[in-house]
Amino acid sequence: MNRSDFIEGIRGGTPVCISAAPFGALFGAVAVANGQTISEAALMSMTIFAGASQLVGIELFGHNVQPWIIVLSIFAVNFRHILYSAAIAPHLHHFSILQKCMAFFLLTDPQFAESVRRGEKGKGVSFAWYMGFGLVIYLPWQVMTVLGGIFGRLIGDPKVIGIDVLLPIYFMALVLGFRSRPNFLPVVAVSGAASVIAYHTVGSPWHVSIGAVAGMLLAAILPTKGEPKHRNAQQGV
Amino acid sequence: MDSFLHTDMVLIILAGAVATFLTRIGGYVLITQMKTIPPRLEAALNAVPAAVLTTLVAPSFFTGGPDVQVAMAVALIASLRFSVLPMLAIGWCAVMLMRYAFGG
Repeated sequence: MNRSDFIEGIRGGTPVCISAAPFGALFGAVAVANGQTISEAALMSMTIFAGASQLVGIELFGHNVQPWIIVLSIFAVNFRHILYSAAIAPHLHHFSILQKCMAFFLLTDPQFAESVRRGEKGKGVSFAWYMGFGLVIYLPWQVMTVLGGIFGRLIGDPKVIGIDVLLPIYFMALVLGFRSRPNFLPVVAVSGAASVIAYHTVGSPWHVSIGAVAGMLLAAILPTKGEPKHRNAQQGV
Repeated sequence: MDSFLHTDMVLIILAGAVATFLTRIGGYVLITQMKTIPPRLEAALNAVPAAVLTTLVAPSFFTGGPDVQVAMAVALIASLRFSVLPMLAIGWCAVMLMRYAFGG
């Protein structure tokens, strides 16, 4: 492990850790309020480690739906990770099998976005950097889940302390990080419009997959301006 | 009572964890099975960050109240000059100001 890469990863992951922390606590609080024990909430954070799908799961536990529907819903909310793990592939080829398994276990939205950005800057995605970035999100997520479960009632409504805007703004920053990509604006416009329409018609979580597919289809149709060379160049890093 | 793990609950959680891990590794497994990647698919994969992450932002903006919309617009303008942490701080200040000023 390269120590300076690991520390750089921790630094990179810190803003994520801060903006996700209230949601870890929120999850713990909601889980306990819906009848889960703190141990169960912690187990969920440790093994699933995907905030939105954890909250959906908790919501369904409260409604007494069939277990396979809960699992399917978690799968549906997390479906976007399939696209991430395909798109991140050129940057993780040099990891060993065990390293890949650990890396994919920690693959979150920010982890994906920052890894791809780093790989494309030519800095190389080392295992040390990846784990630094991933663990500074993963470990506090567990702590916040438990704290949320214990002090749940103190958090109250996230709107009162303004934390509800942190994640949308953070995700917006991630999107903007890719503004130099080919066809960035048309892809954002089409994905955004499709996801909003799908959100109001089909409903959540399907708006994510529908919006994503709309943007990707557009990118596949539009002329690519020699973009494939770019990806091949990455293989040598 | 809080220290208990119920078997049913644990099984559902673990099944959810397996399903989640499959989504996280599935795309990689599929893409490495292919010998060559068609240029159109490659263009689509290159669009994944903008296409997917946008779907996590856009509904928050359009379903949010004016306070959230102003905060996100202010953060967008802030992003022209600042990095992520100041952007978060500015957006947070904007939403709190709006809520304080208009009693949201």
